[in-house]
Amino acid sequence: MITKEDLEHIGWLSRLELSDEDKEKYSPKLNSILDYFGELNEVDTEGVEPTYHVLPLYNVFREDEVGGTTTSLTQDEALSNAPRKQDGFFKAPRMM
Amino acid sequence: MYENPDGVMIGLEVHVQLNKLKTKIFCGCSTDYHNDPPNSHVCPVCLGLPGSMPVINKKAVEAAIKVGLAFNCTVEERTQFYRKNYFYPDLPKAFQITQYDFPISSNGYVIIEGEDGEHKVRINRAHMEEDPGRLVHEGTIDKSKYTLIDYNRSGMALLEIVSEPDMRSPKEARRYLDKLRNIIEYLDVSDADLEGAMRVDANISIMGGQRAEIKNISSFKGAERAMLFEIVRQKNVLRRGGVVVQETRHFDEAREITLSMRSKEEAHDYRYFPEPDLVPLKISGWAPAIKETLPELPDARRMRFVEQYGITDDHAKSLTGELVWANYYEDVLKSYENEYGEKLDPKFAAAWINDTLKGEMNYRGTSLTFKVGSVTHYAVNKEYTVAIIRFLNLKTITKNNAIYLFRKLLDEPKGGDYYRPVRNSPDSAENYLMLTLEKEGLLKVEGDIVETAAEEAITENPQSVADYRAGKEKALNALVGAVMKKTRGRADARTAREILLEKLG
Repeated sequence: MITKEDLEHIGWLSRLELSDEDKEKYSPKLNSILDYFGELNEVDTEGVEPTYHVLPLYNVFREDEVGGTTTSLTQDEALSNAPRKQDGFFKAPRMM
Repeated sequence: MYENPDGVMIGLEVHVQLNKLKTKIFCGCSTDYHNDPPNSHVCPVCLGLPGSMPVINKKAVEAAIKVGLAFNCTVEERTQFYRKNYFYPDLPKAFQITQYDFPISSNGYVIIEGEDGEHKVRINRAHMEEDPGRLVHEGTIDKSKYTLIDYNRSGMALLEIVSEPDMRSPKEARRYLDKLRNIIEYLDVSDADLEGAMRVDANISIMGGQRAEIKNISSFKGAERAMLFEIVRQKNVLRRGGVVVQETRHFDEAREITLSMRSKEEAHDYRYFPEPDLVPLKISGWAPAIKETLPELPDARRMRFVEQYGITDDHAKSLTGELVWANYYEDVLKSYENEYGEKLDPKFAAAWINDTLKGEMNYRGTSLTFKVGSVTHYAVNKEYTVAIIRFLNLKTITKNNAIYLFRKLLDEPKGGDYYRPVRNSPDSAENYLMLTLEKEGLLKVEGDIVETAAEEAITENPQSVADYRAGKEKALNALVGAVMKKTRGRADARTAREILLEKLG
């Protein structure tokens, strides 16, 4: 059961400001998701290896070579979507 | 037996940046960003842009296994990555890719020199993760209005080495850190001189109380200071009848104090879950082959130095305590033999290299090597050291003059001709040193000059001569002193003594 306090805490962890209206709206939604997981809990998983990954793959690597699968961006490109920037840095509100 | 009166328990988490790799851990961005502008070594992966996919660097995994093995860890059968969720601008994705319950290696140990002799510090695990970006605050962290972010560091491969709380004093913690850096240096996986190459979080408790986690420690010296402060703080809390609470504290390097972070995220609500974009690894099979390639580690090299060269354990410890000194020592032994066709006495070399050269450098606070651009230079090229030791062996120079030469080499400005290859050329180390001594009027004097000085000393000090003849052995010292004074210290004292004895009959 997700309480109003839980919701506020989850909101804080994502730095989201939730209005009272939001809280009213989200509590039942999150609870219905939890209820669904509750249903999954009823399945007997005794002795079943947990699924850590959905792909039956192991050991996918990249060689230690510059470039390769990715291309680096220039500083201008990197900053092109930033709402605020200064002297080549991204600029964000101070957070403690 | 160490009593540990305050019941101090220290555990350390050391983040080692694997900066000798060419690329970051999950993308092909270059790691060579230290002298470049901010946000110039970034790509969609390390900027966390939507749709980008991480792929792990094979060499990073190999380096992690190397480190694990060097710390006597078990390389785990399977290992995988997790998302550690937190919202902070140093991570553009709002989560850090790290490891959780399947670290790459665990259950190791390292032996340090503890308060009461050899002391074992257990290693809980060493796990891989990505480095966050670098934050720059205008002014201090608690006063500035906004944060500037450089993601060049974001996605650098980190290895977090987590110890058990087995250290009983800040001194032991410092020894552990030095040992760790020493081993990492020998493994050649990280250049510790680069900014941010090694960062420490310290967990400290006293008297069985709750622990405080100290973050933001950027140097080993800082780590020791932070711990000393924290122990005093916790003792004061107890003395006033209070209780030490479990919390995260921030080390203020300038003021040398720790401050409570007072963050609502104390709950450590990281909501770890398996990273769906990276498949698990099964690499324990690599361990035996990698183990074969491990270099000789500091402890082994130290023991070999004692056995092979017959030098004292103190000399061996000091020389192997830094890779560059251990190599320098062995290079000098080898060069000497190549150059002069005879073996150099390893004990004699250890004394001069460790006690004099290293001692003089410690006194100056300088290191054996320094960098100009990306090129590493020796503060004193080994050719000079070989030549000085050769002169000493041939008794061409006095001990004092050898010390004078080392000091001269250390204090002269570095540059220009200094780096030219010095052997078999008019600029050879031997010639240079001889010229220096000549210029300063310090060339050792022999033969006639000493003879004359001895004769003068005898004539001018009849009392000492009489005393000596009356059986006062010590009176001879006064005469030797007179000879040394006349030759301005350039005579060999033992030779002067022999000549005096001869003349006095």
